[in-house]
Amino acid sequence: MTRSGFVVANLFRKRTRTILTLLSVIMAFLLFGLLQSVNTIFNAGADFVGATRLFVQARVSFTSPLPVSMVPKLEAIPGVARVAYQQWFGGVWQENTPLIMFATDPQRYHDVYPEWVMPDAEWQAFARTRTGMIAGKQLADQYGWKIGQKIPISSNIYPQKNGSKAWVFDLVGIFDGKDEDWKKRTNLAFLQQDYFDEANQFGVKGRTNFFILKLTDPAKAQAVTKTVDGMFENSPDETKTQTEKDFNISFVKQIGDIGLIVRWILFAVFFTLLLVVGNTMAQSVRERIPELAVLKTLGFSDGSVLGFVLAEAFALVLLGGLIGLTLASIAGAMVEKGTGGQFQLALDGSVWLLGVVAIVLMSLAVGLLPALRARRLRIVDALAGR
Amino acid sequence: MSELMVQVRTVTKVYERGRQKIEVLHGLTLDIPRGDFVALMGPSGSGKTTLLNLIGGLDQPTSGEIIVGGTRIDQLPSGKLAHWRAHNVGFVFQFYNLMPVLTAESNVELPLLLTKLSAAQRRKNVAVALEIVGLADRAKHKPKELSGGQEQRVAIARALVSDPHLLVCDEPTGDLDRKTADEILGLVQVLNRDHGKTIVMVTHDPKAAEFARRTLHLEKGQLLEQAA
Repeated sequence: MTRSGFVVANLFRKRTRTILTLLSVIMAFLLFGLLQSVNTIFNAGADFVGATRLFVQARVSFTSPLPVSMVPKLEAIPGVARVAYQQWFGGVWQENTPLIMFATDPQRYHDVYPEWVMPDAEWQAFARTRTGMIAGKQLADQYGWKIGQKIPISSNIYPQKNGSKAWVFDLVGIFDGKDEDWKKRTNLAFLQQDYFDEANQFGVKGRTNFFILKLTDPAKAQAVTKTVDGMFENSPDETKTQTEKDFNISFVKQIGDIGLIVRWILFAVFFTLLLVVGNTMAQSVRERIPELAVLKTLGFSDGSVLGFVLAEAFALVLLGGLIGLTLASIAGAMVEKGTGGQFQLALDGSVWLLGVVAIVLMSLAVGLLPALRARRLRIVDALAGR
Repeated sequence: MSELMVQVRTVTKVYERGRQKIEVLHGLTLDIPRGDFVALMGPSGSGKTTLLNLIGGLDQPTSGEIIVGGTRIDQLPSGKLAHWRAHNVGFVFQFYNLMPVLTAESNVELPLLLTKLSAAQRRKNVAVALEIVGLADRAKHKPKELSGGQEQRVAIARALVSDPHLLVCDEPTGDLDRKTADEILGLVQVLNRDHGKTIVMVTHDPKAAEFARRTLHLEKGQLLEQAA
């Protein structure tokens, strides 16, 4: 027998109680893993983008499209090297799988986003094929798309002129990311703006949701922002300009302050867990005060007895926490795979690190008071049942 | 038997219960030679268990000196006292106080976790201790699978596994029938006679006291007589 063996034996003295408590810890850390992953996506999703691009949208909302005719004016602003634009298409694959899909000008988009890596021949094919479409590698791999295939995609917003929402595009290229961060985001697709303008029934022509301004120098971002918004002030198309990173964050936060929501949910989960496990530990120590006194009688120091109780709390939370985080990793990976990488819930190292910190803090929170009580026990009083 | 194992010098012990102070021992002095087997008798509240706790280093006197095996233990700080107990004294309780989650052999091994012995050496010592108390065949059983007498044998094995010179026993047969009690007391007697352990035993039972070399009577916190 070892000291750790003794701790484990004590942990499972009331098997049912321990298993139920363990299940609550597992559930809490499963939620923690998944929610923290969501939080990481929503808060840090744009960390890797440079500060060399600005996003311009309508001041009211990005759902109000701006005229493409603004391009020459934007490109004439000092500090702007090139302008691209993209229009939300609302693509749906097969029954009900939403796709991140935009209509864009191929050449301009290629100029502004060198981070997407694709052979020149495919960029050229995209530029000259009116029904052409390019897809990110993740997306193509997910659905087994191959270059040359016709890809049937419906739009949940725009019908064609014949009234059908079913569009068919020619897949002319598959792009990848220049590094790991960009590779992870190859879950989107693009079609030609000209074809979209011509074929959609709503007559949405020559308008787009966003302009993307590639800057000559990131230091000019503030000045360009001011110039753009000033230029269109009091016009029918007032603009709101922000860096790509800020745009990405504000885009996802339209749903709500995800970070705050996640923090509150986790607070509720862990507070409940604190009560459940704390109560279990306190009860467990109360039940065996004479045994703890015997340990001290045999020569275990006050510190050792404190250590035994803390180790039990730690073992319980560690076991539950690791199982919970592992389940969260599996579930996250399954969600990520099932959605073609659109919800990248697979737990990364930072979530695991936070999880381990949470395990240590939770162990201390639930174990410290009972452990201190055990440490303070006076042998003669405890043995006499006082 | 001339060397002293236990020296108790004008010891008083005062308990505080709320605002009330209760003096349990009044300047008690006592010598126990090495290799002795002493039974402490007396009515409830006479201070027997208090004296036993002080000799075993489980509690500390309000005043006076206690020297056990040459070490003055009445002033040792808590940590050092725990260390001293681990290496110098074995305890046997009325209700056995075994760990219910551990097997008999693991219960016996528990005090050895405080030593630097290897796992193999610990297992060997445990086997010897269980052999001495006649329970080698019950090593893998948990306390609830044992009879009261067997549990007390395991407790005795646990008390002697680290080879202390002094065993303190608090009513070791108080929860056992006569026949089993006599077997346990016979075992304690063997430990004293054949293994040279000094034994201090608290008991209410005059028949149990007959197994000791001598009996000391306490009343109202004072030693009354010493009977050979």
